[in-house]
Amino acid sequence: MALTVVSQIFPREMIPAVLPLIEDKLQHSKEIIRRKAVLALYKFHLIAPNQVQHIHIKFRKALCDRDVGVMAASLHIYFRMIKENSSGYKDLTGSFVTILKQVVGGKLPVDFNYHSVPAPWLQIQLLRILGLLGKDDQRTSELMYDVLDESLRRAELNHNVTYGNICTWFKIQKVQKAILFECVHTVYSIYPKSELLEKAAKCIGKFVLSPKINLKYLGLKALTYVIQQDPTLALQHQMTIIECLDHPDPIIKRETLELLYRITNAQNITVIVQKMLEYLQQSKEEYIIVNLVGKIAELAEKYAPDNAWFIQTMNAVFSVGGDVMHPDIPNNFLRLLAEGFDDETEDQQLRLYAVQSYLTLLDAENVFYPQKFLQVMSWVLGEYAYLLDKETPEEVITKLYKLLTSDLVSSETKAWLLAAVTKLTPRAHSSNVVERLIQEFTVSLDTCMRQHAFELKHLRENVELMKSLLPVDKSCEDLVVDTSLSFLDGFVAEELSQGAAPYKPHHQRQEEKLSQEKVLNFEPYGLSFSSSGFTGRQSPAGISLGSDVSGNSAETALKETNSLKLDGIKKLWGKEGYLPKKEGKAGDETEAPPVPQESIIMESVDQTIVKKDQSQVLTQSKEEKEKQLLASSLFVGLGSESTINLLGKADTVSHKFRRKSKVKETKSGETTSTQNMPCSYFSSSSDVTYEDDYYLDTLQDRGDKELNKFSLSSELLDSESLTELPSAEKLSSCTESTPSLFTDNMEGLHTPSTVASVANEISLASSLLEETSEHMHSDLVEVCDNETISVSSYKIWKDDCLMVTWSVSSKSGLELKSANLEISPTENFKITEQPGCCLPVIETESIKTFQYSVQMEKPFTEGNLSGFINYQMMDTHSVQLEFSVNLSLLDFIRPLKISTENFGSLWLSFANDVKQNVKMSESQAALPSALKTLQQKLRLHVVEIIGNEGLLACQLLPSIPCLVHFRVHGDVLALWFRSSCSTLPDYLLYQCQKVMEES
Amino acid sequence: MIKFFLMVNKQGQTRLSKYYEHVEISKRTLLETEVIKSCLSRSNEQCSFIEFKDFKLIYRQYAALFIVVGVNDTENEMAIYEFIHNFVEVLDEYFSRVSELDIMFNLDKVHIILDEMVLNGCIVETNRARILAPLLILDKMSESI
Repeated sequence: MALTVVSQIFPREMIPAVLPLIEDKLQHSKEIIRRKAVLALYKFHLIAPNQVQHIHIKFRKALCDRDVGVMAASLHIYFRMIKENSSGYKDLTGSFVTILKQVVGGKLPVDFNYHSVPAPWLQIQLLRILGLLGKDDQRTSELMYDVLDESLRRAELNHNVTYGNICTWFKIQKVQKAILFECVHTVYSIYPKSELLEKAAKCIGKFVLSPKINLKYLGLKALTYVIQQDPTLALQHQMTIIECLDHPDPIIKRETLELLYRITNAQNITVIVQKMLEYLQQSKEEYIIVNLVGKIAELAEKYAPDNAWFIQTMNAVFSVGGDVMHPDIPNNFLRLLAEGFDDETEDQQLRLYAVQSYLTLLDAENVFYPQKFLQVMSWVLGEYAYLLDKETPEEVITKLYKLLTSDLVSSETKAWLLAAVTKLTPRAHSSNVVERLIQEFTVSLDTCMRQHAFELKHLRENVELMKSLLPVDKSCEDLVVDTSLSFLDGFVAEELSQGAAPYKPHHQRQEEKLSQEKVLNFEPYGLSFSSSGFTGRQSPAGISLGSDVSGNSAETALKETNSLKLDGIKKLWGKEGYLPKKEGKAGDETEAPPVPQESIIMESVDQTIVKKDQSQVLTQSKEEKEKQLLASSLFVGLGSESTINLLGKADTVSHKFRRKSKVKETKSGETTSTQNMPCSYFSSSSDVTYEDDYYLDTLQDRGDKELNKFSLSSELLDSESLTELPSAEKLSSCTESTPSLFTDNMEGLHTPSTVASVANEISLASSLLEETSEHMHSDLVEVCDNETISVSSYKIWKDDCLMVTWSVSSKSGLELKSANLEISPTENFKITEQPGCCLPVIETESIKTFQYSVQMEKPFTEGNLSGFINYQMMDTHSVQLEFSVNLSLLDFIRPLKISTENFGSLWLSFANDVKQNVKMSESQAALPSALKTLQQKLRLHVVEIIGNEGLLACQLLPSIPCLVHFRVHGDVLALWFRSSCSTLPDYLLYQCQKVMEES
Repeated sequence: MIKFFLMVNKQGQTRLSKYYEHVEISKRTLLETEVIKSCLSRSNEQCSFIEFKDFKLIYRQYAALFIVVGVNDTENEMAIYEFIHNFVEVLDEYFSRVSELDIMFNLDKVHIILDEMVLNGCIVETNRARILAPLLILDKMSESI
């Protein structure tokens, strides 16, 4: 009984205490107790997988237990483990197959039968496990074919034999059907075999045709699953599907629609979407609507046959889906309109049609549209109303004005509407409506609206500027934007002179905060003095965030022009007030005249000033992001032109970007150090050239590209042009990296693809330069490849984050036309792109590097980062390649350097602790050696050692500290973990155990 | 994976509820009323599986009592459907012709039976004799006292 309780409610912290007791119970003579013990362990596995990892062998024993119940219980654990990692348990496939064979063959005791079917749920569980194991794995799947065939056959046979016995028939049929369904599922998820597929298809047919509604449902579900692999099957059941569509039961209908969604193509889209819309209009439940609307929008975008249909469908989607739908839908729709297709006239027609249809919709009286739909309408009208011949902008404005004054419209939508009006104003020659509108809204209580109105007012006073700001149909043209916000410099200086505190980057403030918190810990009574100084510092941050970046860029502004292409699609800038932002920015940054005007606005509208600044800060951060996105592509483009000057320039640009991204995250000290680097390299350049020659000799047979590069850089040295510094840096980067790669290169000689691979590695290594000089990094590991390209990755353990870099290189040396890397989102990680490190040194056409910084969202032992790469070679179409990288907890652990007193106070403040004894192997049964292992393998910081006890500290990035106290007794190491995070100690403990066992 | 197990009568009164995933107490009643409403609205000819929000309901009616099981979409509906029947058969065997009153007055025992059969959202035991074994021992003990 106690064991049942254990497996139901059990706190994680108590596991170490009871674990040995339960392990003992695994050997108990009574089957029921063994079974319960296994289930209790299953519970442990669910809540804290790491603590039971060492008893996996016992699970195996349980799997082979002579009692069926115990075996069945262990299946749950296996199901879960296999789900997490199927490759680790392939060797068990044989045992599972044997068990299933025995079960299907009726070798179990009779009391396990359920209406004369042997242990149906057990069968289902086994089939599921097999399905997981056999997925995409031919060899494992082959083992299963027999038993699957057998169970399919049995399942059908049973139901025929018992056909006579009408009483039990239904029951058996149902359970049997459940098994059959699982069989079919398994057959289709494992590596396919034609015979089995045929049989499974037959079964599905029977399901679908069954008069029993539940079976029909199952049949449809199976069909939906199967259809992805084999669309022809749908053809066989065409008629049934059509019948199901008109079925009275909405659930069946829904399942059928799901099925149709999978088989939609360009031909049948109209019908299917129509059916979906019909269903949509009937259903009321919000969840269904959201789901279905998303699907329709996706299909419509993919397969739309013509413009009119597309617009109408989207109109229907917007009006039904209303405000509950996913925000991506309107965004995608607008992007589609703005970016258009290849054909210009087609685009115009589409836009024209959209505008016309919206105008007619707006004409209708007393119709209420969802806010999102109105927003879409106002954007489209604002952008494309000029396409209309008949109606003048004034008429459109009047319509929009009517909406603006209506009470039913939310303030967010009003912002959209006002933006549209602003866009239309330059083309409206004289409009009283606009005048009235300005008058009305400049006194509006809503500050946002008021700001917009003021902007409109000032813009109207300067028509020329307005026209240049709001050009016709330029929504996706590139805007030239002064990203440095240098116009704010004056403002910053003024503020500074008036006594405002200089801007401190975020991290710096945090550090101060931290240090002050620590002070708080020591002296609990010193509260008042620290907090006062603190708030004083924080308050001006809102204003000066933007300006600091500008100040920073002013430094670098000497080197390059501040032009950066920004993606001008406005919806990227968030929903609310996208236009004002554009205006503000464009107004500020395009030319000199707007600047004073803007500042007038700033001063005159006191209320909006703070808001304005905030919005600029916001834009700034968004720009930063966009910049990062764009940067990688920019670099590649620049680097491809391998003239000396451009190379040098490209390098400076990349330099600048790297520095900029660092401004946000790392200390400013680092940036100066990078600045100094070139100089030092330059001074040692004579050595470099000498080495250079040496490598030239040895690498002569490696292909011309390298040669070119080296000679190129030495030329640069001689020329003593302005580009000296960057090129020197580049050169030294090559030489620095070459020695380490040298051995690799030698190995590379034996393979046919030397030229490419050498070039690849060299360029990779050079891109490594900056990071490796400061941080530890892992070796280059190839994560995936095919015949044309290979993808390798390495990790860089930076102080503040984990950087993962992927580099895509083509084996053939051919040009990679475009490469795109996408990381699939995972719940455990937070991933940000770090484009700065793509050095366009050599052969950039065949190599692309992607760098991401990874942060852990919550602790875990091992995670998988997967994604895919889209690439395009010279004259082929794009190919997709999947990859994955394993990340372990250790990648995120950094030493925490604190003093013993700090340790003491921190120790007391942490609530979560875990104690465990770990056995050490003979070789290291002494304190120093154990300590060394921990220090090296886990990157722990040794705080102090007192006798046979020691204190260690580390932190999990970004900043979760964990403290370890340990003591050595003979060959046992008593570890005591404490942390502010509840799960971290467990995971660390597990890592410690692993490390100690390994060494 | 089973999310919850409910026994509700036609009047909408919950007789037994067991959650295998944490749901706030205040939200439970709300969920239960919604669930029973959607079950009651369906006729006999309609399918016993309902897609409800992001999970599925599988229900079976025994006289005035509904048994509703909420599962996520990896679960085999038919297996659960039959499992409900298995559960009722076990109750039937223990109480010999089980009725709603039996369940009301012996809620502890029903819970013990359910705990034997479902654990952490997984079906762990379906063998009738084994499900009842611990309960019978308990009964014997209480008799001897």
